Amino acid sequence: MKNVVILGGGVGGTIVANITSRKLKKDANVTLIDKSGKHIYQPGFVYVAFGDEQIRNIVRDEHSLLNNNVNLITKEATKIDPKNRKVLLDDGESLDYDYLVIATGSRIVPEEVKGLKEGAYHFYEAEAAEKLRQALKSFTGGKIVVGVGGLPYKCPPAPAEAACQLDYYFEKRGIRDKVQIEFLSPLPRVFPLEAVNPFVTKIFEEKKIAYHTFFNVDYVDPEVKKVYSLEGEAMDYDLLILVPPHRGAKVIEESGLGDRGGWVPTDKYTLKAKGFDDIYVVGDATDIPISKAGATAHYEAKIVADNIINQITGIGDLKHYDGKVRCFCDAGFNRGISLSFDYTHPPKPPSKLTFSAYLGKVILNKMYWWTIPSGRF
Amino acid sequence: MSEIKISRTIDARGSFCPGPLMELIRAVKEAQVGEVIEVLSSDQGSKHDIPLWVSKAGHTLLSINDKEGYTSFIVKKAR
Ligand SMILES: Cc1cc2nc3c(=O)[nH]c(=O)nc-3n(C[C@H](O)[C@H](O)[C@H](O)COP(=O)(O)OP(=O)(O)OC[C@H]3O[C@@H](n4cnc5c(N)ncnc54)[C@H](O)[C@@H]3O)c2cc1C
Repeated sequence: MKNVVILGGGVGGTIVANITSRKLKKDANVTLIDKSGKHIYQPGFVYVAFGDEQIRNIVRDEHSLLNNNVNLITKEATKIDPKNRKVLLDDGESLDYDYLVIATGSRIVPEEVKGLKEGAYHFYEAEAAEKLRQALKSFTGGKIVVGVGGLPYKCPPAPAEAACQLDYYFEKRGIRDKVQIEFLSPLPRVFPLEAVNPFVTKIFEEKKIAYHTFFNVDYVDPEVKKVYSLEGEAMDYDLLILVPPHRGAKVIEESGLGDRGGWVPTDKYTLKAKGFDDIYVVGDATDIPISKAGATAHYEAKIVADNIINQITGIGDLKHYDGKVRCFCDAGFNRGISLSFDYTHPPKPPSKLTFSAYLGKVILNKMYWWTIPSGRF
Repeated sequence: MSEIKISRTIDARGSFCPGPLMELIRAVKEAQVGEVIEVLSSDQGSKHDIPLWVSKAGHTLLSINDKEGYTSFIVKKAR
């Protein structure tokens, strides 16, 4: 029996655990280590902050999403020791592996931008999304600035989605004319994907969302309510929403397995950690320069699971990830866009906001709890 | 001319814009003033975006070199 150890029970880790444990019943013990034991549907944070979603509806016990034959350990991994093929846990115990899957996601580090914690709201964690909801509730007019505190960050369309959600939120409250929405993009365009940018820019103009490009946040001064850019500009605000900077998990950094951002150097096709034949990386944890998104983690997880199965059973060849990503963006007013692309095909520019793309997002929000245990999508 | 010492190379080939630019901005933020960073990009958009950002942010574009199927950009953090 081989030991397959999966580190992190988010999108990627859960799918790898379920597929490998199902297909390797007689050949492997599958163990998943997750520090919280809770699984959060993170796209739901948008609806907590800008809608009426409750946190309790977007959280499940990780245990309930796993096959019975996956051994779940609810502990924090503190170190990976690739030489001795061991993972150390926070209680001093250790686990041996034959194959390790790093699926530790990303970690937000608001402290890396001076003044961000004190001066800005965000919606990248449950508590922060609740806080933003409260702040928006008591907002009666003025300038809201939405931007990005550092690159890379997960779900690249989320800030633009947030700006559209603000427009929708204040329209519903009947005070849209009293709220100025300003969008700060770190890039030379509003939307990260170039092919889709002209369309999103047009939508921003229609929704009267003002935008500023090449604004990479340097620091925030909460005293004077201003945010400053690396490019030397400043913007004042009444309420500031900034996606915090991200890094890879602490355990990656402490094991010396990450690059400067704590992301694991990963072969973008086989998804093996570079230089290792027995370590795979999935989801946000990789250094692959594509969108850090649940959809990415999901598609990668299927490849990783297959490759581990192939290595253990000796049947078949290593599969290659083609860079496939698919996502739905909710533009408010029950309309949205859907995008799909891979390493060789950029996304097709949408021609209009549609109800069907919005519906796709709504369905996915519900279907998620079925796709995660099954790995289907 | 003295040889340029590249302190870090980012291989962003196969990533669509803004991937390569995002990687460069991140690397420049993490680098010390004077450090030189190279980005490899196979995306055509980078030829437009990268020089634009480097000039707006006040850094120096030391070279742009077309290679087989990709372009190398060498940037020095100037401030
Ligand atoms: C506001 C918001 C909106 C989003 N919208 C979308 C969207 O519309 N579409 C989309 O595709 N994606 C979206 N995403 C992104 C998506 O949620 C992530 O990209 C995805 O969850 C990444 O999956 P993962 O498996 O890599 O990591 P995660 O799902 O984050 O899971 C990582 C797990 O590892 C565990 N872990 C970390 N370190 C340790 C350790 N040392 N020991 C034990 N366990 C550890 C964590 O507890 C966590 O459970 C959104 C994210 C946010 C925040």
